[in-house]
Amino acid sequence: MTMSGEQTPTHAMDMSTVLDRDVSTQSLENEDICLTIDNVDLYYGEKQALFDVNMVIPRKKVTAFIGPSGCGKSTLLRSINRMNDLVDGCRVEGKICLDGENIYDRGINISDLRRKIGMVFQKPNPFPKSIYENVAYGLRLQGINNRSTLDDVVEWALKGAALWDEVKDRLQENAFGLSGGQQQRLVIARAIAIQPEVLLLDEPASALDPISTLKIEELIYELKSTYTIAIVTHNMQQAARVSDYTAFMYLGKLIEFDATDKLFTNPSEKQTEDYITGRYG
Amino acid sequence: MMNDIKDWYRSGLPFVWLNAAAVSASIIMVLGLLILIAVRGLSHFWPHTVYEMTYHWGGQDEVIIGEIHDQELVTVQQLRDAGIQLDTEDEIVTRYLIKMGNRDVYGVDFRNVVKPLIMAREVPGDIVVLERHEYGNFYGFLKNVKQSGQVIASGEASWEALQPLLERVYRLYDEIKEIEKSEIGSVNYRIERLRLKERGLELDGKKTPEAVVELDAARAALQGEYRVLEQRLVELYTEIKRDSLTAEVQNGQVVEIPLDKIVKAYRPNTMGLFAKIGFYIGKLWEFVSDEPREANTEGGIFPAIYGTVIMVLVMSVMVTPLGIIAAVYLREYAKEGPLVRMIHIAVNNLAGVPSIVYGVFGLGFFVYFLGGNLDQLFYPEALPSPTFGTPGLMWASLTLALLTLPVVIVSTEEGLARIPSSIREGSLALGATKAETLWRTILPMASPAMMTGLILAVARAAGEVAPLMLVGVVKLAPSLPLDGNFPFLHLDRKFMHLGFHIYDVGFQSPNVEAARPLVYATALLLVLVIILLNITSITIRNHLREKYRALEQ
Repeated sequence: MTMSGEQTPTHAMDMSTVLDRDVSTQSLENEDICLTIDNVDLYYGEKQALFDVNMVIPRKKVTAFIGPSGCGKSTLLRSINRMNDLVDGCRVEGKICLDGENIYDRGINISDLRRKIGMVFQKPNPFPKSIYENVAYGLRLQGINNRSTLDDVVEWALKGAALWDEVKDRLQENAFGLSGGQQQRLVIARAIAIQPEVLLLDEPASALDPISTLKIEELIYELKSTYTIAIVTHNMQQAARVSDYTAFMYLGKLIEFDATDKLFTNPSEKQTEDYITGRYG
Repeated sequence: MMNDIKDWYRSGLPFVWLNAAAVSASIIMVLGLLILIAVRGLSHFWPHTVYEMTYHWGGQDEVIIGEIHDQELVTVQQLRDAGIQLDTEDEIVTRYLIKMGNRDVYGVDFRNVVKPLIMAREVPGDIVVLERHEYGNFYGFLKNVKQSGQVIASGEASWEALQPLLERVYRLYDEIKEIEKSEIGSVNYRIERLRLKERGLELDGKKTPEAVVELDAARAALQGEYRVLEQRLVELYTEIKRDSLTAEVQNGQVVEIPLDKIVKAYRPNTMGLFAKIGFYIGKLWEFVSDEPREANTEGGIFPAIYGTVIMVLVMSVMVTPLGIIAAVYLREYAKEGPLVRMIHIAVNNLAGVPSIVYGVFGLGFFVYFLGGNLDQLFYPEALPSPTFGTPGLMWASLTLALLTLPVVIVSTEEGLARIPSSIREGSLALGATKAETLWRTILPMASPAMMTGLILAVARAAGEVAPLMLVGVVKLAPSLPLDGNFPFLHLDRKFMHLGFHIYDVGFQSPNVEAARPLVYATALLLVLVIILLNITSITIRNHLREKYRALEQ
């Protein structure tokens, strides 16, 4: 991991952003817990990628995962909607509970689970279909083909993703005609169209320019009133700006998990402090 | 100096030149091939000048009428060794191959003549060329025209008088063909189906008196229809035989030719350029739209074009789903292991098996085993004459489908592998199952790759001849594999094929000299058919690519 602009130490300006937001009163005791992650160990074949991770993700809040590359933050995020099942030889031990139900139980229907826990990836991945069909994809999967229902949901989802005004006149055009930032918002619209409880965002802005990034961040801020959001990011300023809680991970272990302002201003762990002040990264 | 060469070498320029040379060589070869077959094949249809020559042969002069078919240079020594007396200083002379036609009069229709022995060469305007249904072309001078045995015109006037009579004969001929081919063909087909139905009832033990009465009534109706047609045919045949013409050939002999034997009459030496172009286009059209005559050496090759295209289409319909399903299984579902690896090796090796081996397999397995059993099970009423237990369109297509299967599997697999995993993940993250992801996203995106496989398969299948000779292609098929008789597509029928037609006309024909230009023309047409099939699939593929251009990101 090289030291790029994203990893520069947090400056006073960022701290002030955090403090401005009046979140200093937040603490986990007052939160409604949506997801609990209990003693999770994860192996890729012989190699262990996560070591005994324990944390909770509060409902309708933004929880950020930060840490250097390869620390396991994406792995942890992907194990929340079982995307790791696609990886050969991947094995999970421990429990991840959504509303008290272990998602790794035998009886769990993975499709239903993923409908409840939506995910947005690092690179925008629209389908080679029209904008409209991209948003309607998840609904059509559920057998909803009624034109007027679809029209309503597509409009609602695109508005929710702050994209409606830009695309309302060209819904039938191929989604690849959109810019990267628009594509990423389209993918978010696609995810919220099926009304999940949780949205997992895996570095959603890392492939975008600063203006698009800003739009995505504003969108995240909007969305958290409706959805529980977990976001992986490389960018500590971003984590500081958008999240309510932050988890710092290092080498597959969860080092510290706390309210964002606490973690960034007064970390309990030496490793966290080293990382956010840019001593390693 | 050494350094210069070294630098030049290191700059990579030699390789650029090498590549350019290789590409040019390939293009020149392809163009050369196309030009050769085009020139040789297409010039055949041009109305060539017919010469009247005085030829000094065996101590006396004789007259030869014919067109120059070919010419070559031979050494005088060679001719002298062959016993030909030549008074010439030259070492090399031109030898012409003259097409004299009139096979019924002279017994041969080609003759070699040496240029120095040609005493005189004229181009008489009134030489008539008659294309006939048998014995090839006729060259000669028109003497008179007879209607019902009475001379109605002679000398100069006969050409003009001939035209309306010929028009009438052509019309009658078309009518006869129409009745023989389609109407009587259709009646016969229905009578045969009745017979099979009766035999089927008999085999099932359901041949009740009522059924017999019903069948007999139907048969009687058909036979009545047949008798009407037959009556009409007899009338037409007497009509068409009414007129004739007499003509003089090169040695003064006079022959009488009934007009119903004539396909086309023209006087090439008096034709202007535009008349010749018109004639040429007419002949070309005849070539692609007509049926062959005279052991395939005359007429057109429409049934062969038709057979080739239908066979390729049926093959595509068979190979595409099979190949795609196999590829999807191998790439998406099968667990990587020794078995899958072995299947991959087997698939790749299948592509290398000589095609005749597929033919043998097709004959042994499809025709004799599968076809034989199908006949036992479903067509017992037709036995002992086989329905599917004999080479036919179905088995030919299936054999070629097997031959081209590896190509489709490999390119589909490559297409599936190229689809970014982010697309799969995106679909799965929305709650789609693996199958839904495949159907809704992956397969459409891989469709250009499937089309690529199909294009390669079509190109290979359309040009394949060896296996077809064993499993369904014939020299002359009596009926087309797709026609107006229910069930329209006759998978059990034998068919004609351009590739086999080339082989047959070129090497199995009784009149090789006359047939050679047709070999080139047919080869050109085969290339055109393949190009056309390919352009169609490439257009479809490009359209699909445009639609799913996610891969270019």
